[in-house]
This record gives sequence, structure tokens and C-alpha cells, in this order.
Amino acid sequence: MSNKIEAKILSKSYGKVQAIKNINLSVNEGEIFGLIGPDGAGKTTLFRILTSLLLPDSGSATVAGLDVVKDYKQLRTAIGYMPGRFSLYQDLTVEENLEFFASVFGTSIRENYDLIAPIYAQIEPFKDRRAGALSGGMKQKLALSCALIHKPKVLFLDEPGTGVDPVSRKEFWDMLRNLRDQGLTILVSTPYMDEAELCDRVALMQNGEIMAVDTPQGITAGFQQPLFAARSDNMYQLIKDLRAFEGAADCYAFGEYAHLKLNTGVGAGQTVADIRKFLDSRNHRNVEVKSAKPTVEDCFIELMKN
Amino acid sequence: MLVLLLIMPVLQTILLSYAANYEVKNLALAVVDHDLSPASRQLAAKFSASGYFKVKQTTFATKEADHAMANDRVDIILEIPAHFERDLVRENHATVSLVANAINATKAGLGMGYAQNIVRDFNIEFAEKWMARTVSTAPATAEGGGYATAPSTVQITYSNWYNPKLDYKTFMVPGILGEIVALIIGFLTALNIVREREIGTIEQLNVTPVQKWQFILGKLLPFWLLSLVMMTVGLAAGKLMFDIPMVGNLGLVFLYTATFTPCMLGFGFFISNFSDSQQQATFTVWFFLLIFILMCGLFTPVESMPQWAQWLNVLNPIQYFVEFMRLVLLKGADFQDIKTNYFSVLTYAIAVNGLAVWSYKKRA
Repeated sequence: MSNKIEAKILSKSYGKVQAIKNINLSVNEGEIFGLIGPDGAGKTTLFRILTSLLLPDSGSATVAGLDVVKDYKQLRTAIGYMPGRFSLYQDLTVEENLEFFASVFGTSIRENYDLIAPIYAQIEPFKDRRAGALSGGMKQKLALSCALIHKPKVLFLDEPGTGVDPVSRKEFWDMLRNLRDQGLTILVSTPYMDEAELCDRVALMQNGEIMAVDTPQGITAGFQQPLFAARSDNMYQLIKDLRAFEGAADCYAFGEYAHLKLNTGVGAGQTVADIRKFLDSRNHRNVEVKSAKPTVEDCFIELMKN
Repeated sequence: MLVLLLIMPVLQTILLSYAANYEVKNLALAVVDHDLSPASRQLAAKFSASGYFKVKQTTFATKEADHAMANDRVDIILEIPAHFERDLVRENHATVSLVANAINATKAGLGMGYAQNIVRDFNIEFAEKWMARTVSTAPATAEGGGYATAPSTVQITYSNWYNPKLDYKTFMVPGILGEIVALIIGFLTALNIVREREIGTIEQLNVTPVQKWQFILGKLLPFWLLSLVMMTVGLAAGKLMFDIPMVGNLGLVFLYTATFTPCMLGFGFFISNFSDSQQQATFTVWFFLLIFILMCGLFTPVESMPQWAQWLNVLNPIQYFVEFMRLVLLKGADFQDIKTNYFSVLTYAIAVNGLAVWSYKKRA
């Protein structure tokens, strides 16, 4: 039995709102696949259908060879699901939570300790603490341990990065890669573009549709236009001014910089020096301009505009 | 939480039994005595000696007493006209006036009832005394048109079965026990599942292979056991503190509780299924429980409700429980006597749980 996820023309509406529209998706065995998109893009709806919590209006999907509608009983033992919101029992201790979920799946902590050991070992010193009293990062590790306790073939992680500090987030992704290397298929959704680069392949989602599926490198490689990063003391004015720059296709805030995207035709000849000169003429101070490598976020913004 | 759950039935039993009381005592009485005869004084003294009335004001001016009532200082005015004793002796007939403040209808009604009893007693006593002194015909007073009995006529004696002293607590405690168990269990169940939905744990559970019946049983069984514990604690409290009679079979009480609790469990579960938040569930449960409790016969007899209300009461689980508790604890009814009630509750339990299981869905 393969660990693949296959979805064919899945659709789901809530009343008049169409949450996902004709989604086709194919996730290979043993890869970390990212669903990238802003809030409301339909990521969670897709997740809930694939984890058999929600029935699709039309279309079909299989996870690990099991149909999400017909074989949902077997499916539930084959998948691990970590919802976006921390949803373990806050008034149970770390160990009790883990024991509970192990027993619900008819297994025990000891039986599957190997798989969760690298993760659980980090929170084991706090095993008598109530889950509600854990920090965000530790809660996440516990939730992941609980989702893995029954040795699932496919792991679903709905926005795992939300509410977790950067260090824990990095650790978390290391763990995911480790699990992938053990053969698990991992589907992860995130609104954070930087997490996209950590996936093997990503799908960019917007308004219930998948706009592009590729490796992060493949996606950024599709970005053809010249891209620059600039900053000065007055960022708001800077963005406004740069939009008027000759050959500018778009300019948007990007972290502490503004990203300036130029048209391939008119803007192709412009250089860092040209932009600096332009900004100096507009009385910007402490100007810094450099050429930038396109990221997934730049591609996303590009795709959103079309 | 667990401690709270055990203290609650005890506290409620004590509080409600003592406070939610129909006995009206210490009614404020104004006496307007225009006669000032031994007879009038004897009548007034009988009022204050009864324990139900407290003479707050004695005056000769009707206006003054009226004023006191208008200011809510006085509940009942007893006005004895001039020549009260003379009329009583000579004409065998005299009138007194009783005015009650009916802002609180219960108080006024009960006060008037007590007052009439006192006047009737006075009649009899006065007649006996008069007859002992002279061998003339017996005098009689009448109040409000009622005719007093001459000593020679038939007297009605009465006794209150199953509650000889008409002790209010004996009557209330068994009913309250039933009501409390129903209330707590209904609420807890309704809040429990919606709470899991609110904090998201239900999502995590729904992707597990746990079956619907396992989940529901796991949710309801603890509350079912809890209801039996609460019943034990409540009965013990009732026995120790109020010495309520336990004439019937206690085993039957527990068998019945075990059958009745699922009604409330299913009811709470059903509401929980349709609620998105604990707030909504609380509101809905409260809406129904308030109706159930006020109509369950604990405070007003079901038999005196309008016909449509009695039909509606078929759906009121608490009504069955209250009736059962009184029948078994006070009257010592056995299973044969409460068969109809028992099977009604059993049917109710099966129906409401069926609905609850049917409406619970692991997936949308």
C-alpha cells in the first residue's frame, strides 16, 4: 500500500461560499508537501476532507490508497492529524494525553516509542505537567507525539507554525525532515512563506484553488523579472515613490525592505545605481538598494495578481 | 469540581427545603378593636397566640390601619366592630372584618385561611363557655357570611396521611432531590461535549478509530455513576438533617434513578450536539430546565395545571422523578404502584438517547 495522497476535482461549499474549487492534488510517498496560502484560501477545508472529517460535495480523494469517504474507518488508523489549534486535553498531563491517544488507537506508548522518541524525549522531563501549562513549542511537540503514537503512514499538519517561537519552529521542521526520511508522507499547511522553502514540494493556494505546484526552487525559478530590495528611513514614501519608478511592475513591503519588481521589457536595463539615484532625487535618507533573489512569497504575490 | 458536585446537592437540599417554603409565619397583623370587650380581646389574643400572626399595631382608627397597610407595614387587618360581644350574646351573630394585602396573593390567601380557622375556633370556644354559664341557646359568630357551628353539631376532624404533621420539608425534600439530580446531570452533559468542540479536542478524537457508541458511552457513563453518588449523598443529607421518611424500598429508588438519569443525559447530549459554544448550550439547557422545574409538580401540583400544560408535561422528565420520589419515599409505593411511571421514564430514556445518538456526527 502506498503512502500517497491523491485528490481529484474536489469541491466543497459552505452555503454560498465555495471553500475549495475543483482541487487536483497528488502527493508522493515520503515527501514533505506544503500547502501555502493566506487565511481563507481553503487549506483547512482540504485538510478536513483528506482526514475524513468533512465530506466533499464532489470529487474523490484517496490517502494511503484508502478512499476518504468509503474507507474512512481504516483511513483513520492510517493517518496522524495535528489540527491547527492545540487540541489535546489541557487538564491532563503530558503523559496522560499520550497514553490516552495511544489507547484510543489500541496501542501503547512503549510499543511505538521508537518513532516518537526523538520528539517525546524533549518533553519527557515535563511528563507530569498539565498540557495546558506547557509553552507553545512544547505543546506542539506533544501534539506531534500524539499524532504519531499509532505509527501513521501519512501525517497531516495544519498550520503547525502558528503561535510558536522561531527556535521551536526550526526544531520542529528538523523533526519533520527526520520523519520523512523514515518514509512518512507529510502534508503541511502554512500561511508562512518562509516555511514553504523547507518543503520538498509546495502548492500555492488562493481562494479555494491551487495556482501552482512545484518544488520551492522550481517555483522561484519561474520568476523572470528583475527584483530589487530597497529601504530608507521613510518606508511608506519609499514604496509610493518606487511604484512611480520607470519600468516598475510592482512594489510591496517585504520584511524590513521593500521589494521592487521591474517589467522585463522597459525595466530590464535598470540597475541598483539607477534606483539609488532615483531615490536620492526624491530626498530619501539612509538609502540601501540591492538586487534580490526571488522567494516563494514573491512568486505568490505575482500569482495573486494574475 | 468533584467536591463541588457532591456539596451542591446537599447545599441545595438544605437551602431550598428551608427557604422555598409555603408556610407563612409572622404575618403582620393590625387589630382595630372598636369593642374592647372580653370577647374581642379574646379573639385578638387568639390571633397572636396562633404563631401565624404578629400584632404589629393596635388602634381604634380604621384609617390608621389602612395607612399601615398602604405602607406595607401590615399584611392583615382585623377589625372588630363596636358591640361585638353584645351582638354575639344577644343576637347569636356578630361580624368581624378581615382585610388582607393581596399584593402577594399566596400570603394573603394563606393568611385568610389561618384567620378563618382562628375565628372558627373562637366560635366554638365562646359558645362552650357561654353554654356553661347560662343554659340558653348557643351564640355563634360568623365571619364573611360563613355560619359557625353550634357545639352540638357535627365536627369535622381530619388527618394528613403520609405526612401527618403536614411537614413542609417532608413534602419538599424528596422532590428537590429529584430536581437537583436532573438539573446537575442535564447541565453537565450539555456542557461537556460542546466544551470539547470549543477547545478543539473533539477534532482530534474524530480522526481516531473510536466508534460513535464508544465515544457516547465514555461521555455519559461517568455522569450516570455520578448521579447515583449524588442521590446517595442527597438521601443521606435528607435523612440526617430533615429526618425525611423513607418508607419505600431504597433499592427501587436507585433502580429508578439509574433509569431516569439517562433521560437527562440524552437530553443534555442532544442539546450539546446542536450547540456551537458552551454559552449557547447553557442558554438552551436553562430554557428547558426552567420550564421543566417550574412545571414538575415540585412547587405547584401538576393536577391543577390546565389540560394543555398537563399534556405538555408528558415530555417533562423531572415531573416523573418528583412524583416517583414522593410516592416511594413518603408513601412506600412498590414497583407495581409506580409501574406506569417507570415505563414512561424508560421509554423516554430510550427515545431521547436514540435522538441524541442519531444527531451526533463524527463528520460533517
